[in-house]
Amino acid sequence: MTVPYTLETGSAPCLSLHGDWTLDNYSWLLAAAQPLPGSIDSLDARGMTAMDTAGATVLLNLLGTEQLGRLASDAIGLSDERKALLIAVGKSVATQKSGPTSPPRQFGDSLARLGAYVVKGSAEILQFLSFLGLALATLFRLLPRPDRWRFTALIAQMHQTGLNAVPIVMLLNFLVGAVVAFLGATVLREFGATIYTVDLVAYAFMRELGVLLAAILLAGRTASAFTAQLGSMKINEELDALKVQSLNPMELLVLPRMLALLLVLPLLAWLAAMAGMAGGAVVAVATLDVSLARFIGIVQEIPLRHLLLGLSKAPFFAVVIALIGCLEGFKVGGSAQSLGEHTTSSVVQSIFAVILLDAIAALYFMEMGW
Amino acid sequence: MSADSSQSLLPDLLVEIRSVSFGYENNLVLRNIDLTVRRGQVVAILGPSGCGKTTLLRLIGGQLKPSRGEVMVDGLAVPQLDRDDLFQLRRKMGMLFQFGALFTDLSVFENVAFQMREHTDLPEEMITDLVLMKLHAVGLRGAHELMPAELSGGMARRVALARAIALDPMLILYDEPFAGLDPISLGVVSKLIRTLNDALGTTSVIVTHDVATSLDIVDYVYLISDGRVVAHGRVEEIRASSDPFVQQFIKGEADGPVAFHYPTGDYASMIFPGHGD
Repeated sequence: MTVPYTLETGSAPCLSLHGDWTLDNYSWLLAAAQPLPGSIDSLDARGMTAMDTAGATVLLNLLGTEQLGRLASDAIGLSDERKALLIAVGKSVATQKSGPTSPPRQFGDSLARLGAYVVKGSAEILQFLSFLGLALATLFRLLPRPDRWRFTALIAQMHQTGLNAVPIVMLLNFLVGAVVAFLGATVLREFGATIYTVDLVAYAFMRELGVLLAAILLAGRTASAFTAQLGSMKINEELDALKVQSLNPMELLVLPRMLALLLVLPLLAWLAAMAGMAGGAVVAVATLDVSLARFIGIVQEIPLRHLLLGLSKAPFFAVVIALIGCLEGFKVGGSAQSLGEHTTSSVVQSIFAVILLDAIAALYFMEMGW
Repeated sequence: MSADSSQSLLPDLLVEIRSVSFGYENNLVLRNIDLTVRRGQVVAILGPSGCGKTTLLRLIGGQLKPSRGEVMVDGLAVPQLDRDDLFQLRRKMGMLFQFGALFTDLSVFENVAFQMREHTDLPEEMITDLVLMKLHAVGLRGAHELMPAELSGGMARRVALARAIALDPMLILYDEPFAGLDPISLGVVSKLIRTLNDALGTTSVIVTHDVATSLDIVDYVYLISDGRVVAHGRVEEIRASSDPFVQQFIKGEADGPVAFHYPTGDYASMIFPGHGD
């Protein structure tokens, strides 16, 4: 037996089935099933030893639903069970719905997605503002009660977020200062004004780059750490444990972190500005024939208000970074995956917020003529 | 350890939950729950996973507010309490979390001392004495210098228990205290729950799905399924119950009132759409 069926042509074409019409032979059945030349008058299943839904499907495809329905009832040697199976398969194929197809993409889809982002974004802004309000309310409630100030936690956070960040902040700003000086030297040489490289570096680091780079570093270094710390406490149910011990996580965990950053970021920003100018000075002395004394002299002529304007942004950056880090930590769900997602999200959000605030501040300072 | 003595001595109710529902209108987690806990008792709230047991515990602790009904603890209506009163009430409650929830940055000693330092003005020597007493009660006085990361699961649970009784609470809430413990630790923790309850004269509510362990130590049992109280009674009554759900739950049978199969349609009609039309 090498073929699953034979066709007797003639005045009354008859299809004889042989062998096992089962899943085991499915590929053999498929390979053998060729389109039939014309309509069949009768079906002979005496040679068929077994049939399952796979075989029934092949037979169905061979004969077509209508023809099979007509032939099955009078088929020779086809048991009632197999008839029922053929009919059931026939029905299910006929009523089969194609699987869930994704609707075709439309132009409106991207608009809808944009809308969803806007709604989600505005909800997050609202949430952040509520959190800010809660933090400030807790802060003002605690101000008149020095016995509940948490100096240990505050100092520990300042150590972690401030002191430990000094080397990386200074190194980074030193390098960027050198790069800005090279850039200035290259462009200004065309105009024979290389001496203004000193002003370029000094203004840039006092007003913008010092505080901005320090804040961005802290956003990456500290916001993520805050999220990870609070998030793992949330997963570990430590936050719940605090609450049932009548302790306020806001007071115990968020405020020390926020105040630590508030105190530390202006200092870091000042160090960053100094390091940036030091980087500029090295380049100026080495390649521009500007003596160190000359460099310092030019820097000293720059009004102090530029440095103060730059540093005035630091407290705002600090609050935003600390609160975004903590809020994302509180939002962590029950899993390690959620912790990772929120840590990423807190870094992205805080860097975005810092740059946005800096842009707004730049516009404001420009309009005020400061 | 008999149930009757504590009942007859202290008849007043510490926790009263009256026709409480919780959840959204069309998705209620708890439906019309009535539950009372007498002073001095150890009460188990048993039920399959996801039946609303932990929600019930959070209602008692005031972390959630019921959609309908009353939650009274020590004569106070918990949902109506303002923040300060709620914090005041919580100081009289201890809670043991599923995996201990010890503060990972603090040593065992500091974990237990934390609440005392926060809520009392006791001198340092007294805090030391108290902490060592609490740790001695759970058999871990020798481990007071260890960090939580150095503890085994059973030891962490016992430290958490010492922390929960730090301020001598009148009510201790246990959220799945037996989850994930080896048999020896299980025996230690369950025995501790019973002995501490009797020694301290407090009241305990245990939320768990560990039937065998809890039935050995508790006085009264509430069985919850699908947000409803399906049975309650003293341990002997529950063991003798003829209710099919109670029997299925106690014996851990795969099929019964809680069906093995997730609700669905006829098998044939799912495989052969249109079959039997």
